[in-house]
Amino acid sequence: MRIVVDYDLCESNAICMAIAPDVFEVRDDDFLYVLNEAPDEDRREAMEEAVQRCPKQAIAIEG
Amino acid sequence: MRRSITIVGASLAGLRAAESLRRDGFAGRISLIGDESHQPYDRPPLSKQVLAGDWEPERAVLTPAEKLEPLGLDLRLGVRATGLDVAVRELEVDGVPEPFDGLLIATGARCRTLPGTEGLEGVHTLRTLDDCLAIRAELDAGANRMVVIGAGFIGAEVASVAVGRGAAVTLVEALPAPFARVLGEEMGAVVADVHAANGVDLRCGVGVSTVSGVPGAMTVELVDGSGVDADLVVVGIGVVPNTDWLEGSGLTLDDGVVCDPTCLAAPNVVAAGDVARWTNPRTGESARVEHWDNAVEQGRHAARRLLTTDEEAEAFAPVPWFWSDQYDRKIQLAGRPNPDDEVRVVDGSTDEHRFAAFYGCQGRLTAVLGMNRPRQVMQGRALLEQGAGWDEALEVAAEWG
Ligand SMILES: Cc1cc2nc3c(=O)[nH]c(=O)nc-3n(C[C@H](O)[C@H](O)[C@H](O)COP(=O)(O)OP(=O)(O)OC[C@H]3O[C@@H](n4cnc5c(N)ncnc54)[C@H](O)[C@@H]3O)c2cc1C
Ligand code: SF4
Repeated sequence: MRIVVDYDLCESNAICMAIAPDVFEVRDDDFLYVLNEAPDEDRREAMEEAVQRCPKQAIAIEG
Repeated sequence: MRRSITIVGASLAGLRAAESLRRDGFAGRISLIGDESHQPYDRPPLSKQVLAGDWEPERAVLTPAEKLEPLGLDLRLGVRATGLDVAVRELEVDGVPEPFDGLLIATGARCRTLPGTEGLEGVHTLRTLDDCLAIRAELDAGANRMVVIGAGFIGAEVASVAVGRGAAVTLVEALPAPFARVLGEEMGAVVADVHAANGVDLRCGVGVSTVSGVPGAMTVELVDGSGVDADLVVVGIGVVPNTDWLEGSGLTLDDGVVCDPTCLAAPNVVAAGDVARWTNPRTGESARVEHWDNAVEQGRHAARRLLTTDEEAEAFAPVPWFWSDQYDRKIQLAGRPNPDDEVRVVDGSTDEHRFAAFYGCQGRLTAVLGMNRPRQVMQGRALLEQGAGWDEALEVAAEWG
């Protein structure tokens, strides 16, 4: 599973970070950083939650 | 076993409910009925990117066709639910009765209008894509003087987009301090300052007496006797829930569809989103919540409720959260402040329009406000979810600086 963020859409509101701080981090420069682009399979549920909850639909799961 | 689910209102809460039913494995028929003819679209961009002209309307679509199709929904657009009889489990669609098995009501809300301005061509409200395109067309055609009546979040966003497009904007608010109803006076004043810094002429504590004129030559008379000329007027004075079609249905209507804490309005009937009023056990408050995130979460919760027994049903107890984009500032609020809460800036500075602030009452954290501080708001939201005490929250914030 690969996590892909469309940075043109992302508005750095950090919802994904609230769901999975191990994968997403919004830093003080107001940008989102993906800390782990290939999370383990046991994080799939959390990743799907992040996809659903992102107001900009900026997150996609590949694979 | 539930065989089919009918959802009325094909927008954020309704569509997300349908999607979550499929994700949860519900294989029965899902009818999604909406009175707008557009493919379901997202509203926040209507006062932001689409109004600004940065996005074409297609980009605001909620779920692209290729993702919608596999869900196999019975999607009926441009169709209106006109009545409901809960006792006999019958819905009426464009006047034609049809039975339902489980029903999810997600008919949202519409803009309140300013009495006396109905039918005036130069006066706009903003709720739908068509509303947005009408305002955008006037701006495109060169309208560059705008009066916004009502300094709520939608009005404030419209003002900021119009300023960004080079218009001169006057923002009129009847209350003494803008945004005070939601943010309290102190923080409301900070947001007001952002508008002033961007050149908006803010008139607070003064009501509107009359609006007259034609597009391109409007006049807004204020109760203090002053007048403001404008090319167009946008009214943003709140919304009313779309419950007219439910009169006589057997449901309790009182500023929304009244639900129990699990989102159930009657046996086999649930409601979600801007139209739903329920008692959030977290706050004990019975209210509607008009936020994007709430529509998504409540849509999912209400959909699940239809597949759950009364014994197993769980209360819907979210920490409310919303964002608003104004100029280059992102304002976010998690929780619900009370009017007389203590307010403390815990990170950044209000003068720089970049800060996080806590609201507290009786030793508890009640809300977290951020301006360009998304990470802190989300961490604050987690604290609210845990029911954190004031001192405990301050300890966490001490590590932010
Ligand atoms: C311009 C704008 C900007 C916003 N920006 C933000 C923001 O930045 N942040 C934030 O948190 N929230 C924002 N919101 C609020 C958010 O968009 C709403 O909370 C959300 O749209 C509510 O979703 P809903 O599905 O409950 O209702 P709605 O979106 O109102 O959808 C209800 C749907 O039901 C249809 N309908 C009504 N009656 C019937 C009937 N009888 N039969 C069939 N269909 C019917 C309506 O036409 C509509 O399509 C904004 C709202 C607007 C209007
Ligand atoms: S939730 Fe979406 S928009 Fe928000 S920071 Fe994450 S990817 Fe970006």
